[in-house]
Amino acid sequence: MADKRNLIVSASPHIVDTSSTRGLMGNVIIALLPAFVASGIVFGLRAIAVTAVTVIACVVFEAGYCKLTNKPIPVGDLSAVVTGMILAFNLPSTIPLWIAVVGAFVAIVVTKQLFGGLGMNFANPALVGRIALAVGFAGRMTTYGFPKTTGVDAFTSATPLAAGVSGIDALPELLLGLHGGVLGETCAAALILGGIYLVATKTISAAIPVAYIGTVAVLSVVFGQDPLLQVLSGGLLLGAIFMATDYVTSPFTLKGKIVFGVCLGIITCAIRFWGNMAEGVSFSILIMNLFVPYINRLTRQVPLGGGKKK
Amino acid sequence: MWKKLKRSAQGAHVPHRKNTSDQATRQLPLPEKIVLPMQQHIGAPCTPCVKKGDDVFVGTVVGKAGGFVSADIHSGVSGKVASIDTVLMPNGARVQAVVITPDGKQTKDPSIQPPVVTDAKSLAEAARACGLVGLGGAGFPTAVKLSPKDVSAIDTLVINGAECEPYITADNREFIECADTVMEGIAAVKEHLNIAKVIIGIERNKPEAIDLMFNLTKDDPAYTVKPLPSVYPQGAEKVLIETCTGREVPRGGLPADAGVIVMNVTTVSTLGKFLKTGMPLTTKRLTVDGSAASEPQNVEVIIGTPISFVLSNCGVKDEAKVLMGGPMMGTSVSDEEMPVLKQNNAILAFTEKDAHIPAPGACIRCGRCIAACPMGLSPVEIAGAYKKGDVDELNALMVDLCIACGTCSFVCPAKRPVTQTMNLAKLAQRKGGKK
Repeated sequence: MADKRNLIVSASPHIVDTSSTRGLMGNVIIALLPAFVASGIVFGLRAIAVTAVTVIACVVFEAGYCKLTNKPIPVGDLSAVVTGMILAFNLPSTIPLWIAVVGAFVAIVVTKQLFGGLGMNFANPALVGRIALAVGFAGRMTTYGFPKTTGVDAFTSATPLAAGVSGIDALPELLLGLHGGVLGETCAAALILGGIYLVATKTISAAIPVAYIGTVAVLSVVFGQDPLLQVLSGGLLLGAIFMATDYVTSPFTLKGKIVFGVCLGIITCAIRFWGNMAEGVSFSILIMNLFVPYINRLTRQVPLGGGKKK
Repeated sequence: MWKKLKRSAQGAHVPHRKNTSDQATRQLPLPEKIVLPMQQHIGAPCTPCVKKGDDVFVGTVVGKAGGFVSADIHSGVSGKVASIDTVLMPNGARVQAVVITPDGKQTKDPSIQPPVVTDAKSLAEAARACGLVGLGGAGFPTAVKLSPKDVSAIDTLVINGAECEPYITADNREFIECADTVMEGIAAVKEHLNIAKVIIGIERNKPEAIDLMFNLTKDDPAYTVKPLPSVYPQGAEKVLIETCTGREVPRGGLPADAGVIVMNVTTVSTLGKFLKTGMPLTTKRLTVDGSAASEPQNVEVIIGTPISFVLSNCGVKDEAKVLMGGPMMGTSVSDEEMPVLKQNNAILAFTEKDAHIPAPGACIRCGRCIAACPMGLSPVEIAGAYKKGDVDELNALMVDLCIACGTCSFVCPAKRPVTQTMNLAKLAQRKGGKK
């Protein structure tokens, strides 16, 4: 053997599947697109501008923070784009753009990067961004843009949830999103379409959205509320499909996901029915994010052969 | 649904790449030398019982078993012992090896004759004399497997024909080319160990083998041919037992604790051949494939043949990575002069392009490793406990149950070396701490 080869040696396995973090985040972005388009139709160009500014701010904050701290710049994984889109979807179309930028800062820098970046945050970054803005700029955050179709650009309009209309009568408006609200939450049909895409591509498991929405529907019936209205209006679909299913801040196992979803449903209904806020999705998810480590510990799988004593 | 709540255990949909399923086995010519390392099994290494200059024949014992859990090693050629050397094994250990120069005559050892088998004990003796080990890859001495503490507790013999690793078709060819010795080997184990039931498990991607076995066993109600889902790692012993019998091997236990003996199809067939001819285990069928193999094929080689000889005889060129075994659990070798071992079932060669896996990114805690783990473990949490050096937590997470199948690394979207971390965590658990 004159020309002895230098072989590459590595630990097994020697093949991996084609999935990637970037691919999964890309799937979430695709799933958010119907709601994005709907927001543009319902609320006009202003909605597009809010989303664009929030996404750009998130990416710039992520890159800038990593540059300042001499870390590799991770924007290629698209997770900042997802955070930006979800945060924007939680803002009214009338929001001053600088407030959206503040939200992006809270989401990316405070909630995500200060805790160690992707995979290390204890709560969903977009959610914390939204809550910070809701607390800090309460008035601005509830000045909902009214659908463009009426010809009136902006005034304070109650969401169907706050106005208390009947779900059946309002069904077309609810599905198409022709009512007041934050820009990404109103069009139920677009959100459901995105959710179906995420489940079909196995990006997320259906367990959390189904358990969450199912619990809200059941509790609505039990407590004499209109289940259709409770499910289709407000931030429930956006929260259940896109925010409660965030990998980092949701439980690992099927059992854990069901527990998580049911608890989310209970807290959301408690806030909506008996709290002094019309909306409870954001706070429910934030509260349950904090319980995820405990849920994970209590809902572990039983390993093969691990259930029995020898 | 209830089962999924207990344990997801999805496994992985690995690419099959069974390019050689229909390729009849070709015999390779004699190599210039064979190298027989004294450790080709789990257990105590053998001691060389020949010295430099000794004449050996096909079937002559050259390494004597070093204890109960061990297996003799036989020469596959007739010729002269060239040296007793030390070789570096793929796992990094250095072991003694007997190097033999063939004389080209392939004279059989005169002492070879079929064994007389009358009961469980003599069957185990026969397996011992055959030098037989688990040929699916593990290399556990078959004689030990056939001597369970309480033989009356064994009611099922499971024949492992899953062959779930990509590329490898050696077991598939064993079913097709050696169906008679497969059946004879099974019948001997069934009869002498008095086992009531035989389940032959074969993945659905081997329809020819399934049909063949079904036809050979359809008149005997003691036999079941079970088509298995083609999901990796279907052939892992504990997974196979669960799929075939619904039983779980308890933590820290053996298949015998679940009333089962599992034998790989090639192992049982080799036993069948030995009972007929008395010729011990000296050759092995290998699948040679991979992106650097221009002519993927199944070859029969003499154990101890250098890998370089196999590769050059199978049209492999520009290889950058060479594996002993499959791409999921195989070992990458550092030196092509390493010999083929008893428990090898494939040599895979990959070009530079396929020799690397993508760089790892941050864990996004997606839980795919947990959903996929065939043992129902929690790799992401185990990695966390390992990082903290928390041995109590590693115990609670039962990392010792990990079978290192590679599924967690395969499915990880962040391309993290999860399996490697699992192995390190197992070591840390055994040692009671990192330091």
